[in-house]
Order: sequence, then C-alpha cells, then structure tokens
Amino acid sequence: MDTKIVEIREEKDVVICRQECRTYAKNLGFSLVDQTRITTAASELARNIFEYAKTGVVKIERATNEDKSGLKMTFSDNGPGIANVDLALKEGWSSHRGMGMGMPGSKRLMDEFSIWSELGKGTVITTIKWLR
Amino acid sequence: MRSFKHSVPILKLYDYLIVPIQIDMDDYTASELRNDILTRIEATNSRGVLIDISVVDMVDSYLGRLLGDTARMARLMDCEVVLVGMQPAVALTLVELGLNLDMVHTSLHLESGIALLNKLAKHR
Repeated sequence: MDTKIVEIREEKDVVICRQECRTYAKNLGFSLVDQTRITTAASELARNIFEYAKTGVVKIERATNEDKSGLKMTFSDNGPGIANVDLALKEGWSSHRGMGMGMPGSKRLMDEFSIWSELGKGTVITTIKWLR
Repeated sequence: MRSFKHSVPILKLYDYLIVPIQIDMDDYTASELRNDILTRIEATNSRGVLIDISVVDMVDSYLGRLLGDTARMARLMDCEVVLVGMQPAVALTLVELGLNLDMVHTSLHLESGIALLNKLAKHR
C-alpha cells in the first residue's frame, strides 16, 4: 500500500488523521480492536502536534521486517520540542491542558514507540503496530 | 429539538435529554456540545441525560475527559448523565489508555439507561 501523508494545520486535521489511520489499518487487515487502538493513538499524537507545535506532518505506511508486517505512523513537527522525554512518557505527567496520558497511553496501545526530540527544533515520534 | 451548529441533536424526552453522537467530533465541536448540554439541562429542568455513543468508534483522552467533565458538571446541576452503548473495542482501548471514567454512569443500551436514570431519581 502507498504511503499516506496527512498535514496537521487545524483542529479538524486531527479527525482526518485518525480516520486515515483507521482506513489504512482496516485495509492492512487489523482486527477491530487493533484498529481502535491505532486510531486512538493516532488521535492522541496528532492532537499533541496541533497543541504544542501548531503544525506538523503524519506519515502512515506499511512496516515490514523478516517475519512480520504492520502499520507504522510517524508524527513530525518543528515545534518547541520536549525538554524531558522520559518525563513526558511518565504516567500522569502533564505540561499543558492534557491529562498527561496521551503519550504514555499511546505507547501502551502500540507495539513499538520511539521519540526523537530537540528543544527549539521539534519532535518526531515513530510508532508501529504489528499484525498478529 | 433545536438546531445546533455542531449537528449533534439534543432531544428532550419527558424529564430526560437524549444526545446521540453520530459524527466524529473535533475537540472544539466536542466542547461546544458539552456547553450546549449544560445549557439545555437548565432550560428544560432535565433530571437526566443519556449520551448515546453506540456508533462512536473511538474515545481518546480528550473526549473521555470531556464526557467525564460533562457528567460532573451536570451532577452539580442535580442532573445525572448516563453513557449508553459503548462498543467493546472502545471500552478495551479506554482502559488500556489509562482513562478512568469511574465517575460516569454507563449502560449497555438506551432502555437500560432510562431504567438506571429512573432508579437514580428515586434515591434523590
């Protein structure tokens, strides 16, 4: 399947992003529960872009390694960056108006989760869900 | 029924309000809906609100918190909120996400939701 790009510029784009992720997951053959996990994680992470960086890009693509395939989502922005990534992944921590579960919650819903962030430069979150 | 800019109807049925959410709401729309529900509770003296989420296929932390807030705010106005019809995959994901909706009444479908509101009304 072709790579899908969703630009985040306004609040409605968060909705478009999670709908695109669900469609992609469905087409890859994910179960309804996994589709819901992926959609929810996408919503949390796309919202983070809109809230903290205002604009950014979400890339949805097929992931493969030797024995499995899945769905990979990459959330990139040129926003303020995260001062302390470990803290941002800690339960209950909140820097803004969120409840502090967006990031750790998304990590739990997905199989793989990695963050690159640099203050003043931006944040890139890459996350994968494998097909079972 | 009043027309709302967010296109989620708020229906009055006897002492209760019924809110069927059938669109994928962005955050602004969801917060407008919360405000409209509270305004309608006051305008109609409603004792209960049934929010039907049976066709909602995702509840993330924002929407979950908003539904919880709506229930707490309504309770301050002497009105109980019951969330009706949550899909199994949504319930599973909410718990895995770590969202606590213990404060909110839930019911499997509309009929049992009304029965729950009737029961709660008796205990007031």
